[in-house]
Amino acid sequence: MTLHRRTLLAGAGAIGAAALTRKARAQGGPAPRTGGILTVAADTEPRNLNPAMVASNGVFYVASKVIEPLAEMTTEGDGLAPRLATRWEGAPDGRSVTFTLREGVSWHDGRPFSSADVAFSAMRLWKPLQNLGRVVFKSLEAVDTPDARTAIFRFGEPTPFQMIRNAVPGLASVVPRHLYEVGDIAANPANTRLVGTGPFRFAEHRPGEFYRLEKNPSYWEAGRPYLDQIVFRVLPDRGAIAAALEANQIQLAAFSAVPLADMERLSRVPGIAVIPQGYDGITYQLTVEINHRRKELADARVRRAIAHAIDRKFVVDTIFLGYAKPSTGPVPAFDKQFYTPDVPSTPFDRRRAEALLDEAGLPRGANGMRFTLRLLPAPWFEQTRQFGDYLRQALRAVGIDAQIVNNDAPAHLRAVYTDHAFDLAIGSPVYRNDPAISTTILYESGLPAGVPFANQYGYASAEMDGLIRRAAGTIDTTERTALYQSFQKLAGTELPLIHVAEFTFITVARRSVMNVANNPRWATSHWADTWLSS
Amino acid sequence: MSRSARIVVLRLAGAVPTLLIVALAAFALLEFAPGDAVDAYLAETGGDAGYAAELRRRLGLGGTAWERLAGFLLSLGTLDLGRSVVFSRPVVSVIAERLPNTLLLMASTTLFAAGLGLLAGMLAGARPGSWRDRGLSMTALAFLAAPNFWLGLVLVVAFAVSWPLLPVAGLRSLNAPPGLAAAVLDTAWHLVLPTIALGAGYVALYLRTLRAGMITAWQADHVRAAQARGVGDGAVLWRAVTRPALLPTVVIAGQNIGTLLGGSVVVETVFAIPGMGRLAYEAVTGRDTPLLLGVILSATVLVLAVNLLVDLLLARLDPRIGAADA
Repeated sequence: MTLHRRTLLAGAGAIGAAALTRKARAQGGPAPRTGGILTVAADTEPRNLNPAMVASNGVFYVASKVIEPLAEMTTEGDGLAPRLATRWEGAPDGRSVTFTLREGVSWHDGRPFSSADVAFSAMRLWKPLQNLGRVVFKSLEAVDTPDARTAIFRFGEPTPFQMIRNAVPGLASVVPRHLYEVGDIAANPANTRLVGTGPFRFAEHRPGEFYRLEKNPSYWEAGRPYLDQIVFRVLPDRGAIAAALEANQIQLAAFSAVPLADMERLSRVPGIAVIPQGYDGITYQLTVEINHRRKELADARVRRAIAHAIDRKFVVDTIFLGYAKPSTGPVPAFDKQFYTPDVPSTPFDRRRAEALLDEAGLPRGANGMRFTLRLLPAPWFEQTRQFGDYLRQALRAVGIDAQIVNNDAPAHLRAVYTDHAFDLAIGSPVYRNDPAISTTILYESGLPAGVPFANQYGYASAEMDGLIRRAAGTIDTTERTALYQSFQKLAGTELPLIHVAEFTFITVARRSVMNVANNPRWATSHWADTWLSS
Repeated sequence: MSRSARIVVLRLAGAVPTLLIVALAAFALLEFAPGDAVDAYLAETGGDAGYAAELRRRLGLGGTAWERLAGFLLSLGTLDLGRSVVFSRPVVSVIAERLPNTLLLMASTTLFAAGLGLLAGMLAGARPGSWRDRGLSMTALAFLAAPNFWLGLVLVVAFAVSWPLLPVAGLRSLNAPPGLAAAVLDTAWHLVLPTIALGAGYVALYLRTLRAGMITAWQADHVRAAQARGVGDGAVLWRAVTRPALLPTVVIAGQNIGTLLGGSVVVETVFAIPGMGRLAYEAVTGRDTPLLLGVILSATVLVLAVNLLVDLLLARLDPRIGAADA
């Protein structure tokens, strides 16, 4: 049972690669039917459901239907689809971004939505309180509201418009100012009984049982949503989720809630579809995190040897059953903005690995082993645990004795990111569609202990830090992109951590659910166009 | 002092140190577990250093272990269980929500296991060594050996998926029909599979205990005397053999409450029942010390209360218990 499977980090927006719509567009098919209750599986109940404060997939899964961002990720056009904002424009000097807001939008309690809500959400929630916004919006100084339809974000330092755009879908959820302006925001009752502008209104939460959302009859997009209700049924056991799908007591389970091993069998059940699309905007990366404080691992040759010992194709085929891709570096291949394949590679080659280890002065000892390591697999995914077992065997083959240390989530977090009590760890950072949002933090030095999913590896390189700093202050998109490509190359040369595979999730749904997976963050988007065929 | 009153006083006096020991053990357990509530939360969200510090400040996780212990004992003394970290609500309200579900599951399981187990035990013990006895004992043993999570999933696949007769999960329909009678029926319907999954193993315990007691009783002098006096077979079986053998099964029922709570962690997870077992699991994985303490303390009170009831029942059934002042 993994409680944290879906609850890792949120995706932000970008020009995603081909996330395919199932049926919807290709088919042209039957006209959408209005009505019906869609019941889906949920396996966690976030204590704070407010996406303006907590940007995480577990929150978005429920909250994205109620509270909307300024814009959503799409595969079409420039990569952003309008939601509460209809236009966005960055100033050439990187000091401001202007959002033009939608007309005729009202909150679920009937009050009108305006630029004051956006300004309040940005200055009082995203910047000071939100887990991701605290970093991305740190230089945001003010949000001007010359009229009710215009919000101008002003930055104290030049801030790349490209990054702000990429951040909008995940980080820019707007909450109503009139409910939040009085009292402690963190203790506001609206954090659990959401009030938004979205296609669905928050109706009921019975703890341990379900969340119930109801159609918003005065949604700004006429004729939407199609569904009358969405019920998120809390089902903590993964076997029970598969059974409930088969019995049609739920119609959809997202975020690979059904074990990969059951997918094959379920896909043969009539009326059930296995859908691997719709998650490109929330790609997770399987990584080997390396503690550079350990003297053997401070040697780049040893890190390279470890990378050569890993058969990425085997990992993808056996552990992910093909539902993943081998990684070449810190940016996943689907990100057409930043990805470059032109990086130093470490193909599977045991002889090369052994040669590098010998060269590093670590010969095999009397017992056939060169040295012993502690290996801490992150406990939250089935695949991170299984890859731990694989890595142990792969390292044994080249003479490294890795001892697996198993922890639950809080103990793992404490051991790796605060106490640094590890030699190797298996991580699964999420790629948030811009290296500045999610990725450079794994490489830059000087972070205090206790910041999770970041460089707690003891890796410090002046060249790397300089490159990251330069890219962060670069406004020009072409120049900025080139810098992040150099960053990928340097990451491949120094190899402070090893990227092994890129994986997304799988949705299992009854075939009666239509318009599934039609955007790159589908499970965490608004489902206004989702419908049930009778 | 009456016998019952004496038993109540003695048990209550014993309960105070028991509760204290349990509370301290639970506190120590979470203090020694690596990682705190903020680590558990950050595993879901990530966040920078200031974010973690702010969360720790809000949750009052600062200070030394001794300070936290003192605060904990103080609130315990005033019967205040504090606020749950995972649920951001008073522990008492969270437990009040979950406890009825678990009580319901435990009551139905005990009724099912004792009812079926005692009936089968009587049939088996009436003629020890017969084919009927062997058949019943073997079947019960098989259920005792089956792990309850496995049994739960098999029952779901058989009776909710392949043959969609019963609901897969939960204790209530999402759109339950109105009216008390309909609601009771709806819940009873949902309870069938979890009750069997949790209770199947206990059937064997009741069966074996009653059967063993009956085998001993068959050889007792009073049974031979009754048979010699020409008392009818049915009367001998019921009055002379079964009744004295029932006494230990009452003790078993009391002792099972604790293990039943343990088993409910698994069964409540498989059947998605929001009960105390699942709550305990959530409290541990969230490093939610106040909540875990609340769960453990209420479970302890429950076990103590049930055992008190068992003692009172035994005292009624067996006049020797609690009779002497010695």
